[in-house]
Amino acid sequence: MRDEFVRAMLALHEERRDLVFITGDVGYMALEGIEAAFGERFINAGVAEQNMVSLAAGLAREGHQTWLYSIAPFVVLRPYEQIRTDVCLHELPVKLVGNGGGYGYGIMGATHHALEDVGVMRALPNMRVYLPLTATDVDQAVTLMAADPLANYLRLNTVVPISGEVAPFAPWRRLKSGRTTVVIGMGPVLGNVYELADQELLDELEIWSVGTLPLEDLPVELVASLAEKRRVVIIEEHYRACGLAESLSHLFLRQGVCPRSFTSLHAKGYPSGRYGSQRWHQEESGLAGQPLRAQLQQVVRG
Amino acid sequence: MSLDDERSESDGSFSPGANGGGSSTELVRLADRVFSVKKRFLAMYKRANAGHVGSSLSCAELLVFLKYAWMRDDDTFILSKGHAVAALYALLVEANLLDPRQLDTFYGEGTLLPALPPVNALEEIPFATGSLGHGLSLCVGMALGAALNRRPRRFFCLTSDGELDEGSIWEAALFLAHRKLDNVVWLIDRNRIQGMGSTEEVLALEPVDAKLRAFGFHVVVAQGHDFASLLAARDECLRVQAARRVPVAIIANTIKGNGIRHMEDTVASHYLPMDDAQYRQVLDELTRAHAAATGRNAG
Repeated sequence: MRDEFVRAMLALHEERRDLVFITGDVGYMALEGIEAAFGERFINAGVAEQNMVSLAAGLAREGHQTWLYSIAPFVVLRPYEQIRTDVCLHELPVKLVGNGGGYGYGIMGATHHALEDVGVMRALPNMRVYLPLTATDVDQAVTLMAADPLANYLRLNTVVPISGEVAPFAPWRRLKSGRTTVVIGMGPVLGNVYELADQELLDELEIWSVGTLPLEDLPVELVASLAEKRRVVIIEEHYRACGLAESLSHLFLRQGVCPRSFTSLHAKGYPSGRYGSQRWHQEESGLAGQPLRAQLQQVVRG
Repeated sequence: MSLDDERSESDGSFSPGANGGGSSTELVRLADRVFSVKKRFLAMYKRANAGHVGSSLSCAELLVFLKYAWMRDDDTFILSKGHAVAALYALLVEANLLDPRQLDTFYGEGTLLPALPPVNALEEIPFATGSLGHGLSLCVGMALGAALNRRPRRFFCLTSDGELDEGSIWEAALFLAHRKLDNVVWLIDRNRIQGMGSTEEVLALEPVDAKLRAFGFHVVVAQGHDFASLLAARDECLRVQAARRVPVAIIANTIKGNGIRHMEDTVASHYLPMDDAQYRQVLDELTRAHAAATGRNAG
């Protein structure tokens, strides 16, 4: 999604001249186009994320919509108090962009993974999280973020193809219908369900994508599906704590939705203590491949 | 003991113009201002039975100096050591930028004036500071923003010295020096006391001036309760920046609880409120010191 993000920023820069782009010294062979186009409005703040976020708040206070880019844990976790205090409490339109959400940085290891980023961001006031699913989503999400008066966090991840037509980026999208089970996910990990290439299993699954957090009310169509099917699987490349499943369980209670089974598929960290690619970690957490298939089949069989 | 006596012991002079900056008239005018500001915030602290008195006394002259001897109307000030905000509230009232009745609500339920700066409540306080280590970066961000807007505004940041323990301060200092931003003025309230003891005992900072010079700052060391010294520091900064593009930092040597015998140079003055007898004593000492400093009869 990184290349799509760069193209989206360049297009946005053509439309409005109040943007400032700050990188925390990452983006080699990726951000050069932005640097060239933005000129003095491109800032490499160095490996200094706390300063970077407060700088952005100061710039935003002076009327500049400021986009901050780094590897997800470094833009979210390292400067968390600056995000809370300088950006969110002051209701400033600072746009945080984290590349490599989830296990996106794969073999780089645990320091470069972000398995709690969405949870900590959605806990903040005046903050909206954007979770593109497809490459096309990135441009649409960037456009929506630019128009969003709140602070935002954009979680970029590795795209996994989704078969069939996908509606434009939105807080809620039904990707496909199915017979017995509702699957709700955030981000490209949903593509792992399609990648199983198990048509018999897919026919059982009605799949929804969540695009933004915090969540508003459940869509009427989803409530109807949940009432009929009463089996729901939540899939997220994120720890369970403060993740999508917890968010949804609150909404289910509030809206009186009571599924017969509620299964949370989520990142489990590093259960073996070993490291590998993003896909390897996803499989170890049951979020891809045969472990994912087995869990989905178990739910479908009831 | 008068304030004059204290000066004689601590930094050697408080005579108008002794350190080279400002006319006698200007120095008296500033002394009157800071006397008024101190009376306002001491009354606030007493009414609220609140601490941080020593922190405000440490920087009162610095705030008055910036407001009345350096800043223009479109400049911006960030009090990064937000725990001294009572002094800033008092200064805003002094400058007719805040309704004096608001001061009566300090610390109260439903107030707009909490113990540390509020969020988005007062135009003159653009950021809620007090979580230490944020102010300098915020100033730098605003300074960059103003430069991009091609507006010749200036940004003044006052940090404490204990605050220099924060890594973010040094991130901001690196950035400020690297970009050679000359529309930011960084003042350090160097009273040498932090939360649990002296700065050198807790986490040694010295040599602060050499560290900042090594970063690329032009550093001026001033006596932070001496307006003549502060005015001379201002003039040196302006002179240097007229000649070359360089960031400036003023290390203002100060005394926590300045001017009040039982508070001076104590950790306790960071925390403890004043009882009735102490408050009377504080006002008495302050009044006598002001009279001595301005050559007036304390009456």
